Amino acid sequence: MTDARFATIADIRTALRSRTTSAVELAREHLDRIARSELNSFVTVCEDDALAAAREADKQIAREGQSGLLGVPIAHKDVFCTAGGRTTCASRMLAEFVPPYDATVVTKLRDSGAIMLGKTNMDEFAMGSSNENSYFGPVSNPWDATRVPGGSSGGSAAAVAAGLVPAATATDTGGSIRQPAALCGISGLKPTYGRVSRYGMVAFASSLDQGGPMARTALDLRLLLRHMEGHDPLDSTSADVGPTPREADRVGLRIGIPREYGRDLDARLGATVDEAAAVFEGLGHERVEISLPHTAYATAAYYVVASAEASTNLSRYDGVRYGHRTESPADLDDLYARSRSEGFGAEVKRRILTGTYALSIGYYDAYYRKAQRLRRLVRRDFLDAFAAIDLILTPSTPSTAFEKGALVAPDETKDPTVMYEQDVYTVPASLAGLPALSIPCGIVDCLPVGMQLIAPHFGEDRLLALAESFQRATDWHRRTPAL
Amino acid sequence: MSAWESVIGLEVHVQLKTQSKIFSGAPTAFGAPPNTQACAVDLALPGVLPVLNAEAVRMAIVFGLAVEGEIAERCRFDRKSYFYPDLPKGYQISQLDEPIVRGGHLDLETDDGAAKRIHLTRAHLEEDAGKSLHEDYRGKTGIDLNRAGTPLLEVVSEPELASPEEAGRYFRTLHTLVRTLGICDGNLNEGSMRCDANVSVRRRGSLVLGERTEIKNLNSFRFLDKALAFEINRQIDVLESGGTVARQTLLYDAERDETRPMRGKELSDDYRYFPDPDLLPVVVTQSMLDQARATIPELPAAKRRRYVDELGLTDYDARWLAVDPNTAAYFDAAAAACGQPKAAANWVMGDVAAAVRREDAAWAEVPVAAAQLGKLIERIEDGSISGKIAKSLFKSLWDDGGEVDELIAGRRLKQVSDSHEIAAIVRQVIEANPAQVEQVRAGKTRVLGFLVGQAMKASGGKANPKRVSELLREALSTDQS
Repeated sequence: MTDARFATIADIRTALRSRTTSAVELAREHLDRIARSELNSFVTVCEDDALAAAREADKQIAREGQSGLLGVPIAHKDVFCTAGGRTTCASRMLAEFVPPYDATVVTKLRDSGAIMLGKTNMDEFAMGSSNENSYFGPVSNPWDATRVPGGSSGGSAAAVAAGLVPAATATDTGGSIRQPAALCGISGLKPTYGRVSRYGMVAFASSLDQGGPMARTALDLRLLLRHMEGHDPLDSTSADVGPTPREADRVGLRIGIPREYGRDLDARLGATVDEAAAVFEGLGHERVEISLPHTAYATAAYYVVASAEASTNLSRYDGVRYGHRTESPADLDDLYARSRSEGFGAEVKRRILTGTYALSIGYYDAYYRKAQRLRRLVRRDFLDAFAAIDLILTPSTPSTAFEKGALVAPDETKDPTVMYEQDVYTVPASLAGLPALSIPCGIVDCLPVGMQLIAPHFGEDRLLALAESFQRATDWHRRTPAL
Repeated sequence: MSAWESVIGLEVHVQLKTQSKIFSGAPTAFGAPPNTQACAVDLALPGVLPVLNAEAVRMAIVFGLAVEGEIAERCRFDRKSYFYPDLPKGYQISQLDEPIVRGGHLDLETDDGAAKRIHLTRAHLEEDAGKSLHEDYRGKTGIDLNRAGTPLLEVVSEPELASPEEAGRYFRTLHTLVRTLGICDGNLNEGSMRCDANVSVRRRGSLVLGERTEIKNLNSFRFLDKALAFEINRQIDVLESGGTVARQTLLYDAERDETRPMRGKELSDDYRYFPDPDLLPVVVTQSMLDQARATIPELPAAKRRRYVDELGLTDYDARWLAVDPNTAAYFDAAAAACGQPKAAANWVMGDVAAAVRREDAAWAEVPVAAAQLGKLIERIEDGSISGKIAKSLFKSLWDDGGEVDELIAGRRLKQVSDSHEIAAIVRQVIEANPAQVEQVRAGKTRVLGFLVGQAMKASGGKANPKRVSELLREALSTDQS
């Protein structure tokens, strides 16, 4: 590792252990880079708290040595509640909201000794694939500032890719970790639904939302996951499965390549995924063509289910108890209508309307119920496939990072479903609740390309082990943008 | 007989008396200052999640078993969406088509002693909303979210109630049942049971149901009765004047004694129900059923039967005692202590009930222990004390406590039944009242009472009045011969 800006957590731990750096020094360096960055990847920077925590960490390191994530700087996507610190979801609605509690993920990472430097930008309420739907403005891709970093975890992805933090938390509902990880050339893991507690993570679509880590390597993802996962009595849907194990690497895994994926893919992106498959073959694994026949329906089903859940999850933002409230409302209806019209951005309103429509009398069967049926079929596809294979390899995204403004326009003249197609490769695993990650596997036109690996439920160990072996054999994950 | 008959179905919201709320750890106690019992979950802050209270599920199961309903092996929660300031999430978590209890019945006692069986459609779990306080804020509405998230069991009857009187009987029967089961405190004035009534009328004998209206939020027996009576008459008037009843939701205005249409904020044409993705389906296991069944106490109907069949009480007394589980428990303990159920019933329904009313006391906290009442009854029956002394002793026990036998001994209250002692008193009385003695002998037996009174007075009230009377008669007749 030649450039200290792109140190991995593993590197940082080594440096802290050998006392060649300190937590305070690390925090200062990173805070300094954040202050100088023009990516707009942070909504809030917590300099004083971070330095105070770093000083405590240094004392602890002096006393007991470094362990876990002690002294490691990180950032949280601004969807995770931080007690006493503004949590905005990149929405005007919550621009001033200060929660009185920490998300379970925030608590766990703090307990592990990680130093939170701030909260990262995102698409409003995690709805979007380009980070252009933020009340705090769009985030730039560190590889090319005219391009988007992907979304909704665009701030976390850009911050990690630009070396502003070695790792960040993120959330993934239909691809919000994997797609920006791919577009920014970093590693991102969406764990199995239920692996990481959703408590204190502002809800978008409850049956799909899952928190996970973003970092430079699969090895770091594993380390972060260890300090994020675990059963949480505050989240009824959190799984009681124990920690992700670390088993011996296996050779001879059967890696499925679904023939339905990548049909419309840019050939040059397709070629990078092919080469990755060849690397796996070289590592002693077997490549198997498989079929996931209901893939074509996944995106439509996803947008119905996610919007339906979102339409009710966002009902609480009514201007009554907290959040944006309009000036001098005439009556209750006016309070609701204007507070919500002013507080939410266009994409959030679109999802609320879509979801409300899908749940209405007369449309419920045609939309919500049918979407749930499709969701079961998509899930069944995966379970059937996993009877014969161990993992699935697909592209992460249909293209590399696209130009800002290419898919959204302020005057709403662009077809929103074109943006939704960004999630075409990531949504199926989300609907099935499966763990999936994206890691870099190539460069096309000076922009990073990601590949997606999908494992059976709670198969994170296998997923990470394969990604780690790929990163030992290649150096795509070491490519960094010219800054 | 009216040409019309009414058909009524009730939906009763029973507040379950769990310690904490149905989806959060906040306490449920009534009467705290506004918004002091609402946590982040009740306030619907961003990112918080509901966690189901297992005790609420247990109570619903207990109810389902007690009414012989079918407990769903698997049920789920749904979101019911509407906007209202006292509904923090913008949706209520309820159960739409997978309720925890289906079917079951309540048997109503009728005046002729026969029971009328009312079938239940279902009972489901849901959360209560907060309260909107319109009175105390000029031009504004206050919101108190203490009640938000309180567990409710909504018990829905079939439309099988034929009159306001029968609806009241149903409500009371349910009230007694849920209190006996210990799943609701039954405090109507605190809103612990609230009732929505579906009402329609039809030509007597018709098999077709008329269009119905729903009267919301009736929270007392009296209002239920008055609202139903008003609404039935209103519907009959509409129909008799050639109109049609419109399906609508009404509120009962107690001050003006009328029903009128609810203004639409809390109503929606479409609640957009769908399964709540934050909660897993509830799976009821055999062991949950077994555990719940083991906690079901003697039910009110069985209690009444036992009082009549085994204890020999009258039907009236049995019903009176079984209405309130705390009264019944007190009676059972007193009757068991003295082995005299009839006497115990008389005391409980007489002096004890009078004192409870007078002191506005709770039956669960009657200061005279049931065992002491039993002892008191025992001492009357074995002749140790008179009924009159017993009454004064009861008052003393109520006010100052103590132990019956110690009080009798300490205050020398033991009744004098000894013939020699009484005979001596009788002789004194005869000597001291020659005129009255003469009158008795002349056949004015009324005057005998005076002489008995004099003897009682001379004994300080302790003489056994029956024995006094016997000995007086004996002495006077002996003297005459």
